[in-house]
Amino acid sequence: MKVGLFIPCYIDQFYPQVGQATLSLLTKLGCEVVFPTDQTCCGQPMANSGFAALSGACDQNFVRNFSGCAYIVGPSGSCVLHVKEHLKDEKQPEAAAHIRSHIYELTEFILDILKTEAIQAFFPYKVGLHNSCHGQRGLGLSSLSERVLPVFSKPERLLGKVKGIQLFKPLRNDECCGFGGTFSVFEEAVSVKMGKDRIARHEANGVDVITGVDMSCLMHLEGILKRQGSRTRVMHIAEILNAEA
Amino acid sequence: MKDHATLAAGFIQDEKRTNWHDETLWFVRQKRDKAAHTLPEWEQLREWASQIKNHALSRMDFYLEQFEKNALANGVKVHWAADAAEHNRIIHAIIKEKGITRIVKSKSMLTEECHLNHYLEEKGIEVVDTDLGERIVQFRKEPPSHIVLPAIHLKKKDVSDTFHTFLHTEKGNNDPVYLTRAARQHLREKFIASELAITGVNFAIAETGGLVVCTNEGNADMGTHAAAVHIACMGFEKLIPKAEHLSVFLRLLARSATGQPVTTYSSHFHKPTPGQELHVVIVDNGRSAILGKPDFRNSLKCIRCAACFNTCPVYRRSGGFSYHTAVAGPIGSILNPNFDPKKYADLLFASSLCGSCSNVCPVKIDIHDQLWKWRQELSKAGHVGFMKKIMMKGMAFVLGRPALYRFSGATARWVLRYMPFLGKHRLNPWYKGRELPEAPKQSFRDWYLQNKKK
Repeated sequence: MKVGLFIPCYIDQFYPQVGQATLSLLTKLGCEVVFPTDQTCCGQPMANSGFAALSGACDQNFVRNFSGCAYIVGPSGSCVLHVKEHLKDEKQPEAAAHIRSHIYELTEFILDILKTEAIQAFFPYKVGLHNSCHGQRGLGLSSLSERVLPVFSKPERLLGKVKGIQLFKPLRNDECCGFGGTFSVFEEAVSVKMGKDRIARHEANGVDVITGVDMSCLMHLEGILKRQGSRTRVMHIAEILNAEA
Repeated sequence: MKDHATLAAGFIQDEKRTNWHDETLWFVRQKRDKAAHTLPEWEQLREWASQIKNHALSRMDFYLEQFEKNALANGVKVHWAADAAEHNRIIHAIIKEKGITRIVKSKSMLTEECHLNHYLEEKGIEVVDTDLGERIVQFRKEPPSHIVLPAIHLKKKDVSDTFHTFLHTEKGNNDPVYLTRAARQHLREKFIASELAITGVNFAIAETGGLVVCTNEGNADMGTHAAAVHIACMGFEKLIPKAEHLSVFLRLLARSATGQPVTTYSSHFHKPTPGQELHVVIVDNGRSAILGKPDFRNSLKCIRCAACFNTCPVYRRSGGFSYHTAVAGPIGSILNPNFDPKKYADLLFASSLCGSCSNVCPVKIDIHDQLWKWRQELSKAGHVGFMKKIMMKGMAFVLGRPALYRFSGATARWVLRYMPFLGKHRLNPWYKGRELPEAPKQSFRDWYLQNKKK
């Protein structure tokens, strides 16, 4: 299956290992992966700050890079959700519409499109799963504590296939970590407090690693963990699903 | 005036108290979860509630006239107020005409919205709030910090100190039973003496002309039973078509608010008791303008349960006062900009857009989507800060140009590797409470071109 790999800008710049793990994992699962090399950003930072009108150039660039891909897959629930909900290109409305309806976050792509759970990974650590809001509430990667509906979790299902892993749920399983894009700097105090609280509940379980489907949340938590001098690390779910013995 | 971010930062400085505030409200959210999960039909109820409200809003003109006709036939006096000022004038005129001085009021967020107490005080008329939480904050000359739990920002000791000052209770006696007893005695005197009772309205029923007021303390009943005049104040969106629709809303309201199956008192008022006058004041105050905005109209479905407050990770950690308005929390953040977009622009950014509010809402208001849409509206209107605008323009310029993006990314990483002090300083809000991510030598794209591209 031919897949266009969407690596969000901050992953490209600061977490190349997450891009590598995603590429490797998709290849192992039988995908033919292409990485369009002129991609930049999905435009979410501007749009969520009230400036969706400024994200036109990002949108057009996104369409230029990914039109022609049968599927587009990215290791970020938040960026994928933004593209799904807001990608626009007046010159190529059909290409934009195709992308909007064929873009997937990594774990949902594996389970819903590839329809496989054949994860060959080994990761002998205690892991806490952070439910990133846009993946969870926006893309429906897992059930919500607010709703009275059957319980499920796509990321958890895949992590459950990893050998050696011990998975832990924090109290308040799906509370926001406080990243929120530019919220993290414009509401700095609340953002950091939310992150500290999230970390405390994960660390109460004695985890070695906090993982999730969104590196942005993890970047925020990592910043606080490092400031606290904690030994707990963050890793993107792709790195764990791709981890070999 | 200080914005939400600044006020919240002040609130969080007392981290222990912030934790207490957060945990107290999370406890209420958990009670709500338990109550919701006992009803397998919960999601169906939400859907019905949403559809009934949507329908009522779509035919508001019809239902308002039906309500008025039926209420008048029941002997109720119906008043129409275009805005807060008219609402206040109508109430003052009734008070003045009767020469009344002793007034009690049960909880009404509408009268908070209209600043009724303040208006009447300026005319030398004292109104006693009879909801316990509201009485506490009234003594303290504070606004309520939460629409269901007005004094939730206070601890037992704060209440004890307040009662010591105003009710002469023992200093340092923090026993809730003792304090409640003192409040009860104080309020009983007010109830017995009152000549006029003001209440809010939770639901007004078009087909009967009746009103429903929900309280846990019975204070609406105590006030109205003793007084010769009852004035009920309502925003027009409180209207529901039929009495049977209460079977949906009364099941959702208390469960969403506090996790109770139903409020302790759900009081129905249809006609004045002999010798009594019953007035209802129906207020617009900007609501018809909201009704005219397709993106924002469904915020009028709100039944004021405050589930969105209790679930909001930002509200729980910043407190009601950081929203500098009568209706705080997520729902307040999408309602207030209708009144004053400039003054309340900051509230739209007091959210990480986590979406918990929209999912906890018993009437399915798309709160977090409306926050997003309001942000676009306000940036167009020029109410989003200058610095943010410059920043966003700069980012859009760079991120829209692949070569410039790559150059900027490489430069930023180089700077962070070799001159980290340029990022690690107090003026960088990220760095204040967090370390910066480590800057790798190669971007993913660099690595890909070097290793994978055929």
